Amino acid sequence: MTEEIIIAGFGGQGVLSMGKILAYSGIMQEQEVSWMPSYGPEMRGGTANVTVILSDDRVSSPVLQSYDTAILLNQQSLDKFESRVKPGGLLIYDPNGITRHPERKDIRIFQVEATEEAARLKSRITFNMVVLGAYLRVRPVVEYDNVIKGLKKSLPERHHHLLPANEKAIRRGMEIVKEAKLTA
Amino acid sequence: MIKEENLVYRRTPLMTDATLSYCPGCGHGTVHRLIMEVVEEMGIQQDTIGISPVGCAVLAYDFMDVDFSEAAHGRAPAVATGIKRLWPDKFVFTYQGDGDLAAIGTAETIHACNRGENICIFFINNGIYGMTGGQMAPTTLEGMKSSTTPYGRDAMKMGPPFKITELIAQLPGTHYVTRHAVHKAGLVRKAKKAIRKAFEIQQEKKGLAFIEFLSNCNSGWKMTPNDSNQWLEEHMYPFYPLGDIKVDGKLVKDVCKDLMQKSPVTT
Amino acid sequence: MKELALMKGNEAIAEAAILAGTDAYFGYPITPQSEVLEYLALQKPEERTGMVVLQAESELAAINMVYGAAGTGKRVMTSSSSPGISLMQEGISYIAGAELPCLIVNVVRGGPGLGTIQPSQADYFQATKGGGHGDYHLIVLAPASVQEMADFVDLAYELAFKYRNPAMILSDGLIGQMMEKVELPPQKPRTSEFDQSWVITGKRPDRERNIITSLNLDPELQYEHNLKLKEKYNRMSEDVMFESLHCDDAEFLLVAYGSSARICQKVVAVARGRGQRLGLLRPQTLFPFPTDELARLAGKVKGIMAVELSTGQMVEDVKLAVNGRVPVYHYGMPGGKVHSPDDVLEAVEENFIGG
Repeated sequence: MTEEIIIAGFGGQGVLSMGKILAYSGIMQEQEVSWMPSYGPEMRGGTANVTVILSDDRVSSPVLQSYDTAILLNQQSLDKFESRVKPGGLLIYDPNGITRHPERKDIRIFQVEATEEAARLKSRITFNMVVLGAYLRVRPVVEYDNVIKGLKKSLPERHHHLLPANEKAIRRGMEIVKEAKLTA
Repeated sequence: MIKEENLVYRRTPLMTDATLSYCPGCGHGTVHRLIMEVVEEMGIQQDTIGISPVGCAVLAYDFMDVDFSEAAHGRAPAVATGIKRLWPDKFVFTYQGDGDLAAIGTAETIHACNRGENICIFFINNGIYGMTGGQMAPTTLEGMKSSTTPYGRDAMKMGPPFKITELIAQLPGTHYVTRHAVHKAGLVRKAKKAIRKAFEIQQEKKGLAFIEFLSNCNSGWKMTPNDSNQWLEEHMYPFYPLGDIKVDGKLVKDVCKDLMQKSPVTT
Repeated sequence: MKELALMKGNEAIAEAAILAGTDAYFGYPITPQSEVLEYLALQKPEERTGMVVLQAESELAAINMVYGAAGTGKRVMTSSSSPGISLMQEGISYIAGAELPCLIVNVVRGGPGLGTIQPSQADYFQATKGGGHGDYHLIVLAPASVQEMADFVDLAYELAFKYRNPAMILSDGLIGQMMEKVELPPQKPRTSEFDQSWVITGKRPDRERNIITSLNLDPELQYEHNLKLKEKYNRMSEDVMFESLHCDDAEFLLVAYGSSARICQKVVAVARGRGQRLGLLRPQTLFPFPTDELARLAGKVKGIMAVELSTGQMVEDVKLAVNGRVPVYHYGMPGGKVHSPDDVLEAVEENFIGG
């Protein structure tokens, strides 16, 4: 099994840390992993993206042209990466603020209203965990227990009191994710 | 054989037998000897590491019988920092000229002083680049002729002479800052006391000790040794006055006023 | 259980530095390698092992602190990225001339000049051909994974002390910023088992004074010193390291190091899937360069392509090794742009399959 994922959105949405939790979860079930961020000034408030690869074999190129899964959290990312999902692949996005929705017919497309859900949970910082839950529901590449272990590993000890809120957000994401109905 | 009680001078045991490469009449050899006398008297040869500069004293390690590291031009305080951080109980000193310490190595000098590296910096100021043949140094006085200021240093074009010693004295990391000369017997004795004090400050881990030595450069100044000593007193003393600037971590002079002092114009 | 961590390449270097018993690190911040100093500062290595960590006022000061500290015979290192490494060249030349062992890490970014902070492999010439003034070489290691970022720290010290020569880990922004699983080695004590006779400790009565210098005013002595260095660089070929991927039956061969080698691993996998007999030779040491292995393979393949993030630097060493026996091509994106496996595959098709 090899799963090649791009997660992209605004800086501050927790794109990089979501990727990190996913990578840690992979380690917890003895997978090979890589996490390759975009870096530089663009990180500060601009767009951020990270390529995460989970694999049973040694990971080759961390740089990819196309992906099994794209998790796209703003319009720019959607515009940039929709075409780069492999045929038969998966695209997950948050419709919040999206004016041009994905249109491809040869991939599976899911929506997760994570911005709204995070607001409902009164915990905006768990936004990325709602998204993670949605992804794991559609593509259970790592077991739930290992995700929780990965979450624990990637959070500094002083933030461990936030674990229950994050777990709740992941579960909510799993519940609210839904297949997008293409209007076109 | 001379009886011990009749001995007035002996070869400093920690100076090697190598013939000094300095011009006869120059102050470098005297400062070398004084440092080695102090190292010998304190019994710290086994724990002393010197850093030589680029300049006339580039071969200082040929003359002083202690372990040495030869630094790139201006970098001696950084080299000393590297050694001292790993050997905090050893005695580490740099030996630098004015071009090395106050031009190309200004950043390293100021930051080592600011960090209060527990080292000694011995700074020879002769107002000129000696080794490369008498070019302008940061310390060259206004109006003073050098091979790159053949009509005299023009402060409007080249900036005024730079008193780095007064500058670094204001930094909290420096514990002892003083200016000496070595062209007369009395001055030599005072300079030696200052060197001893500098090493003792390092022994007590109190911070950085910085000694500037005014020296003649009879070759570069194109004078006889005697004339150059007289010139030093007449022209360098007024702008680079001898004496303590900072003692026990406290300024003993109005260094701001000294820094703003206009250089006398020499011809 | 093995101690597994998920770390950035830069963090892995820093942690491995502590674990390798490094005595001192001197550095100055620059993107994309600032995590090295940041990680070290956070880890309180002065409490963990007694390691000294100091942020210098410039790269110039940092490398000269390394020069000073390396003279004490201890394990000392610095890290920077391309513009900072350029600034260090004076000091590196002195260190090579004075034959001091130390470790310099270059997390390469795009140049020339201030360039870009994105990954690049355009410092190959600077790293392998000397870099500063004079006839000298560094030992150059090229990690292609976060694991190798960690493993090569201790290896670099071993080689640096074996030859009394500065060693460089030539990485880039991609390997430096990427996170991967890494197995960390056990903590080494901060003691060196190497010959310490040349070290500056303060002159003991039982020996002559030790002098660390790169100065020989006598041309005869400088001449002999240069010949001695040359003989040392020749000897280093016994420590050449490389990885071969499907080279045995390869019809065409890629040569790539570091991040480009990772990209080429995928290229080889895809090409093999298409039935194309493509192989990859990945130099792990760039100096010494795997010249003999390349010469051997040149007798077996129809063509060779050097893949690197530059307009063509390592390709020159490949050509020297191949010596005209088969065509040698170059492919690579310069200036901070990173080629994807698809880009390289296209070049493979163009040069080998269609050509």
